[in-house]
Amino acid sequence: MGCMATPESYVLAIGTKKGLWLASSQDRKQWSFTGPHFLMSEIPSIGIDTRDGRTRIMVGVRSEHWGPTVAHSDDLGATWTEPEQGAIKFPDGTDAAVERIWQIYPDAESRPGVVWAGAEPISVWKSTDGGEHFELNRGLWDHPHRSEWGAGYGGAAAHSIVVNPSGDNVHVAMSTGGVYRSLDGGSSWQPRNKGISAYFMPDPNPEFGQCVHKIAADAAVEGRLYAQNHHGVYRSDDNAENWESIAEGLPADFGFVMLTHPRRAGTAWVIPLKADGERIPPEGRLAVHRTDDAGGTWKRLDAGLPQAEYNAVLRDAAAVDSAEPAGVYFGTRGGSVYASADEGESFAEVASHLPDVLCVRAAVVADAKVTAPVSA
Amino acid sequence: MADISVVLPSVLQPLAGGQSFLTAPADGTVTVGWLLDSVTGDYPVLARRLRDETGALRRYVNIYVNGDEVRRLQGLDTEVAAGQEVLIIQSVAGG
Repeated sequence: MGCMATPESYVLAIGTKKGLWLASSQDRKQWSFTGPHFLMSEIPSIGIDTRDGRTRIMVGVRSEHWGPTVAHSDDLGATWTEPEQGAIKFPDGTDAAVERIWQIYPDAESRPGVVWAGAEPISVWKSTDGGEHFELNRGLWDHPHRSEWGAGYGGAAAHSIVVNPSGDNVHVAMSTGGVYRSLDGGSSWQPRNKGISAYFMPDPNPEFGQCVHKIAADAAVEGRLYAQNHHGVYRSDDNAENWESIAEGLPADFGFVMLTHPRRAGTAWVIPLKADGERIPPEGRLAVHRTDDAGGTWKRLDAGLPQAEYNAVLRDAAAVDSAEPAGVYFGTRGGSVYASADEGESFAEVASHLPDVLCVRAAVVADAKVTAPVSA
Repeated sequence: MADISVVLPSVLQPLAGGQSFLTAPADGTVTVGWLLDSVTGDYPVLARRLRDETGALRRYVNIYVNGDEVRRLQGLDTEVAAGQEVLIIQSVAGG
């Protein structure tokens, strides 16, 4: 191996309502696609795990007929493996069944093999074997608030999991329930929603019950988090003890997406939608907005995006890669996928007319090309 | 001892080693739940496609005994006699 540089390439995974598409590129401009994988199953969650010297793509798969499951591929989609006994299933005695896997989150580089998952019904799961088997997080499942958590329009789910570098602090966001924090690696959980409005409840400032749509951690400032809520964009600088609005300067405070930069402090992206009752880009003009000062100011980014777009972008249908400059990717419910190789300054449509895009993930990998699925 | 056959839809056959039906030996009558346990014992992925981890039949999986869907009978407790055929058919769902 020596000092020879490994050529870099990029993998883009697009989960839709009716299957998964994979793409690879050497330059983030020209993409080669394969798919659909898992035709007629929805793919609401994807994790691309580049730790341990391999690229593992994990997907949450859900068939309307045959239920949910988790599969993984170590050869960029040429073959898929589904653990025989199922990667995620509720243990005996819980009287619950997994409906849908909403999140697959590979943990830090320093904790290879650890993968978190969020699911419906509201539950958090942890794997220590690279996503082949997950254990239910009992602290959250047995939380006394659980019976009071509700369902958003898409279902009641834990959809965001953020773990700090040391692994002690875990933040989970659920719809509806809000943000919950663990300071002991996931053993015990407390709601942390102070400052986040729940205008749709009788008490608009409850301890929990907020409809948070997505949270993300700042890349470089420990304890700084960003949240896109069901109306409201917020930042916390104290590990979610307090949240303050950073919606000033955005065309709307509704939306689903919250992305943060892979390395740079203060940089985050949102994709606003007009309102709860009007879930389209404001004025039908699709734009990404980026802050480079932790929400103090926002820059509208729409170069390369269509003049008119009336489709929403869902909470996990957006991602960044870890390259320099960072790539930004997102897909719409109209089946278009846009990619930027310059942190959002300019976009190009890389796929169109796919089924509704539910999840997008991208990664920098060793030189690789996606190949067509090997038939069974 | 007679057999009871469970006929699989083509989409599930790859999960049963390519077989179009599975059989369980049965003396007298058994329940549909017992029958599913028996024929999917070697095929855990197939088992999970039909029932969730609580044992409940998935909403859009229909099982017919003598032409009747088991939800209109006694569900998974519906009895099947040796020599009868059980059909698994996915319902019309989705869009």
